[in-house]
Amino acid sequence: MNFQHRHVLGIKQFNAEELNFILDTAESFKEINTRSIKKVPTLRGKTIINLFFEASTRTRTSFEIAGKRLSADTVNISGSASSVVKGETLEDTARNIEAMHPDIIVMRHSASGSSDYLAARLNCSVVNAGDGTHEHPSQALLDAFTIRQHRGKIAGLKVAIIGDIAHSRVVRSNINCLKKLGAEVVVAGPKTMLPPGLEMLGCRVAPSLSDALEDADVVMMLRIQLERQGKSLIPSLREYSRFFGLNENNLKLAKPDAIVMHPGPMNRGVEISTAVADGPQNVILDQVENGVAIRMALLYLAAGGDKMVEG
Amino acid sequence: MSSVLIKNGRVIDPANNIDATLDLLIENGKISAVGTALTAPEAEIIDASGLLVTPGLIDMHVHLRDPGLEYKEDIISGTRAAVAGGVTSIACMPNTRPVIDNLAVCRYVISKAQEQGSANVFPIGSITQGLKGEILSEMGELKEGGCVAFSDDGLPVVSSEMMRRALEYADTFDAPIISHAEDLSLVAGGVMNDGPVATDLGLKGIPWVAEDAMTARDIMLAEFTGGRLHMAHVSTKGSVEMVRQAKARGVRVSCEATPHHFTLTDEAVRGYDTNAKMNPPLRAQADVDAIRAGLADGTIDAIATDHAPHHIDEKNVEFAIAMNGIVGLETMLPLTLKLVEEGVIDLQQAIALMSCRPARILGIERGTLGQGAVADITLIDPDLEWELVPEQLYSKSKNSPFAGWKMKGAAFKTLLAGKVVFER
Repeated sequence: MNFQHRHVLGIKQFNAEELNFILDTAESFKEINTRSIKKVPTLRGKTIINLFFEASTRTRTSFEIAGKRLSADTVNISGSASSVVKGETLEDTARNIEAMHPDIIVMRHSASGSSDYLAARLNCSVVNAGDGTHEHPSQALLDAFTIRQHRGKIAGLKVAIIGDIAHSRVVRSNINCLKKLGAEVVVAGPKTMLPPGLEMLGCRVAPSLSDALEDADVVMMLRIQLERQGKSLIPSLREYSRFFGLNENNLKLAKPDAIVMHPGPMNRGVEISTAVADGPQNVILDQVENGVAIRMALLYLAAGGDKMVEG
Repeated sequence: MSSVLIKNGRVIDPANNIDATLDLLIENGKISAVGTALTAPEAEIIDASGLLVTPGLIDMHVHLRDPGLEYKEDIISGTRAAVAGGVTSIACMPNTRPVIDNLAVCRYVISKAQEQGSANVFPIGSITQGLKGEILSEMGELKEGGCVAFSDDGLPVVSSEMMRRALEYADTFDAPIISHAEDLSLVAGGVMNDGPVATDLGLKGIPWVAEDAMTARDIMLAEFTGGRLHMAHVSTKGSVEMVRQAKARGVRVSCEATPHHFTLTDEAVRGYDTNAKMNPPLRAQADVDAIRAGLADGTIDAIATDHAPHHIDEKNVEFAIAMNGIVGLETMLPLTLKLVEEGVIDLQQAIALMSCRPARILGIERGTLGQGAVADITLIDPDLEWELVPEQLYSKSKNSPFAGWKMKGAAFKTLLAGKVVFER
C-alpha cells in the first residue's frame, strides 16, 4: 500500500488498513533483531534525534536501538540537557535542532498535543513517543503486534484495560487502535480514574474489576503512578491493590489462555502480583521485544523508506 | 457651538423603548432632539439611511493591561479597539501591575483614558488589596475616585468570610461586587472543559461544578448580606439556572455572558488551538444552549467580552502552558447580531444587552439616546460582511479564535460625546 503519513502523531491519524500495514512492516523487521549481525543499511545516511523531555528508559532505548539497527545516525537529547532549562521555548528548541537537518525527531513531552504542535511547525518528520496524557502510538502498536502474535488475530477479542484510565496516554492510543482493529475494549478502575466520555471513544466501562476480567482474551494492567495519583485519587496502594490489582485468583476469571500485558515499569504487588507478572500468561517482555520491531517500522515509514529507490 | 444631525437612521434605543426611523440632533456633545424631519442649518449632516443608530455600546468586562502589561495592550490601543467595535464605554478589570486597589492607579487609568484614549473607561477596583484575598481595598475612596464596581477578576475570592464582608462593605457605597466564580480546588490544574473532548485530547478538564459551586456560594452570600452581586462570564447551564432562581427570589444578582461562550463549544479546542483556551473554558452544547436561553428570557443582563489580550509568545506554546483568554472588543457586535439573525434574541434585546442594561449595573449615565444624554452613539451597518483577519485588529494582541470567520455587521461610525472617534 501507499503509506502517506510523514508524521506519526497518534493512532487517530491511521485507518485499520494502515495500522495492519505498520504491523506487517514490523513483522518483516522483527527477524533482524535475532540475527548475529543486527543491522541493515535501510536508513543509512538518515539522522534521527530522540528528543526526550520526560524521563524514559524503555521507550528511548527502544527507539534508539530501532534507529541504529536500520543504520540511521541517532542522537539523544534529554530534557534536563536541553535548553528548556534555560527558558527556551519548545518551538525554538525544535527549530534549532531542525537547522541541523535531522530527518526525524522522535519526541516525548509532558504536554498533551506537543507533537501536533511540533509537526505543525517543522519540516522534518515527527514521531510521537508519548505526549502528556494524549497518545503513545508506538506503545499501542507494539501491544497490537504482541496480541496478534499470541492470539493470531485481534478482531473479536475482548481486551480488558485496568487502572488509571484518566491519566494514561497508553489507554487512549490502545482504545483507538484496538477498536479500529475490531477488538472489544473494556476498561475498569476506581471512578476517580475514569474520565468522562469514555463511551464516546468506543469502549465499555466495567462496573468492577471482575466484570472487566470475565472471559477476557487480553488483560492489560496500567502502572499506578505514585508520584502523580498518590494524592487524591486513591486512599492507599494497599486498597488499590485489593480492589484493582491483578493476581492469580482474579486472573482465573479471564479465559484460560488469556495473555497478561503491562506497558511497564511495573509496580510489583500493586497493580500486578509477582506471581502473575512472572507467570505463564505474561507476555510483558515480548511487548518490549516487539517494541523494537514496531519502532523500526515507524521510523522506516516516516522516513519514506517504502518509497526509497535503491541505487 | 458644534452640532451634528444624524438623519434617517433606524434608531434603536431600548432605554426609551424606541425602534423607529428618526433623526437625531447632537449639540455640544449631548443629544438635544430625537424626532422626524429635524433640521439644523449649521449642523454637520450624517446620512444614516440603512444604518442602525444605537447608544454607544458598553463592554463591562475588559482587561486593558495598563499599567504594567502594556506589551499586551494599553489604554490607547484598547480603547481604539473598543470604538472600532462600536464600543464607547468599557469597564476595565483591576488585575494590572500595580493592581487598581488605590486611588493613584485609579486616577492614572481615568486620566490616561481621558487624555489619550478613544472611549470612556470606567475602572473596576479590586475587592482585596493586591488581589490577595486578605484585606479589603479602600472601596469608599475608589468609588469616589471613579471606580464603578469591585472585582478580583481572574481569581475567585476564596474565603467565604471575605466575600461576605466585601458584599456588605461595597453595598455601603452602592457598588456591585463582580464575582469570578471558580472553586480552585475543583479546577485542580484543569486547562479546558471537562468532558469527552478533554478525555479525547488528553487534557485535564475543569468540571462545570467548579463554577457552579462558587456561583451557589456567592448567590447565598448575596442573599444573606443583601449586597449587590454581579456574576462575571457565566459559562454553565447551572450558573444560568441559579441566577434565574435567585432573581425570582429577589436576590440582588445580575450576570453577564461572553460572545465566545454563546458561540463556541469545547470542540473548538481540537487541534490544541490555544486561542480557544480561556477561563472559564468553552463548555458543552447544553451550556451554550442554556446561555442563549438566559439571554432570551432576560436572566442574563449583559453581553461582555472578557477582552483578554495576550502576546503571541504567550499563546504560541504548548496548550497546557498557554495563557487564558481572547480579545473580544472587535467581535462582540457581529457575534451578538448573529444571535439576532438566528432568532435567539431580537434587535432591541441585543442592543439593550450591550448598552442600557450593563449601564444600569455599573450605575453609569450611558447607554441611552434620551434627550440631554451624552452623545455616545454607534452607527451600525448591520449588513456589512467582513472577514476577521487577526492582523487587522486594532488591539495590540491578535488572540482570537474567530480568525477567518465571516462576520456580518460592524460599526460604521462611532461617536463619543458627539465627536466621530471611529469611522470605517
